[in-house]
Amino acid sequence: MHAATLLDSTAFGLTVQRLCYQLVEDHDDLSNTVLLGLQPRGVFLSRRLVRELGRILGGARIGSGELDITFHRDDFRRRPMPLAPNAMQMDLSIEGRHVVLIDDVLYTGRSIRAGLDALLSFGRPASVQLLVLIDRRFARELPIAADYVGRWVDSIEGQRVTVDCAETEGEDRVLLHGGDGGTARGIHHQASSTT
Amino acid sequence: MSDQLSTEHLLGIQDLTPDDIDLIFRTADGFKEVLSRPIKKVPSLRDITVANLFFENSTRTRISFELAEKRLSADIINFSSSSSSVKKGETLIDTVNNILAMKVDMVVMRHPDPGAAVFLSRHVRARIVNAGDGTHEHPTQALLDAYSIREKLGRVRGVKVAIVGDILYSRVALSNIHCLHKLGAEVTLCGPPTLMPRHVASLGVRVEHDLDKALAWCDVANMLRIQLERQGGDGLANFPGLREYAMLYGLDLPRYRRLGRDIVIMHPGPINRGVEVTSEVADHANSIILDQVENGVAIRMAVLYLLAGRIPREN
Repeated sequence: MHAATLLDSTAFGLTVQRLCYQLVEDHDDLSNTVLLGLQPRGVFLSRRLVRELGRILGGARIGSGELDITFHRDDFRRRPMPLAPNAMQMDLSIEGRHVVLIDDVLYTGRSIRAGLDALLSFGRPASVQLLVLIDRRFARELPIAADYVGRWVDSIEGQRVTVDCAETEGEDRVLLHGGDGGTARGIHHQASSTT
Repeated sequence: MSDQLSTEHLLGIQDLTPDDIDLIFRTADGFKEVLSRPIKKVPSLRDITVANLFFENSTRTRISFELAEKRLSADIINFSSSSSSVKKGETLIDTVNNILAMKVDMVVMRHPDPGAAVFLSRHVRARIVNAGDGTHEHPTQALLDAYSIREKLGRVRGVKVAIVGDILYSRVALSNIHCLHKLGAEVTLCGPPTLMPRHVASLGVRVEHDLDKALAWCDVANMLRIQLERQGGDGLANFPGLREYAMLYGLDLPRYRRLGRDIVIMHPGPINRGVEVTSEVADHANSIILDQVENGVAIRMAVLYLLAGRIPREN
């Protein structure tokens, strides 16, 4: 099957760096901010951001965790088999803090809805934002939008976006599978396309 | 590694594969985490209705199931035979079908007759969870016992477990033997000959009548409760007295210390303090009796969640 490369490892690295600087712009030294990666695939991006932010902020300790949404999904009993849960890592309080949810791909928005639900069983954060590496636009089934986006992708149904990470697949890259109808837009293109 | 149980009901450990048990344990790990959150509730079963049918008294199993169901957001109805039409002569199938007519999806049942859960699963349209059927099986207890061993020792395979006491009247023993064998543990049964079922060795277990020898062999001692209510006419037909039982088969601190090493102490509750174990042993650092209770809720959540995941939706 044809697969187009949306981000190669260089672009992947640059995008992660840009996202970090955007976070620093909005959250200063992140001392009252918590980064939460969504299991299973958001956690690799989240760990990468935490590492990179630590470097940028001169070794500052970044509050972070990993959120499993399995029991909050809205497709229980609507899929052939129930999903087994992933590990949860929530060793910090989110009460009154600014939370940034992190996932690899934003598509229908349903995972994020479940993530918000799971998040609120840990307390009441001051605010919640969403950071994604890939935003598949025009595919939303819920009124959910990302605050920080690595790259926008216009894709059609039947296409699939996969995010590979050095930690798991041995290489950082983002691929678009199935057909050639999609186009990817970086931040500069996005600015022009919305005007 | 599968993400689906091989069975539609939980009738006994005998029907489960080692993969099923592993899946239940992995799912229970997730629910244990849920139970440590400030808000200990998830919405998974919010469109499921569960009936808890207790045709025999059991406070702690019922509470544990009820809490598991509530933590999963299921709707619950409770039914106990002491306050019911069973006393008016209604049959089991009629009773259950009357309840199912009110759109109930799952039934958790405790019943005094062995095989009641299997019987029900063949005649009604609902998922059945056996919460103990007479002296036959009590699968969730066996699962939470093995899960607690796994949590304490990091594994079940190769662990030596002594099941001590009233094997004859205990449904916990049979389910435990099946569960531990499926997970690769070794089992020795220990108790007075009068409380040991015949042909029990055919299950592939060792039988030992000397408690000190069994304790010297084991890593884990599961001290079963003397089922005083099942011991026949005057209450004590199978052994001369509780005091003699406690001396021969009870675990007290001096006996524990004589081992010269640490073993894990378990008890399915409710404890007859001073009979199966003394207070010092029950409250000992190596006793995981209260962990068993805590894990019971997570295990029951996992079982209900996985079984409910197999109920087709009506659309």
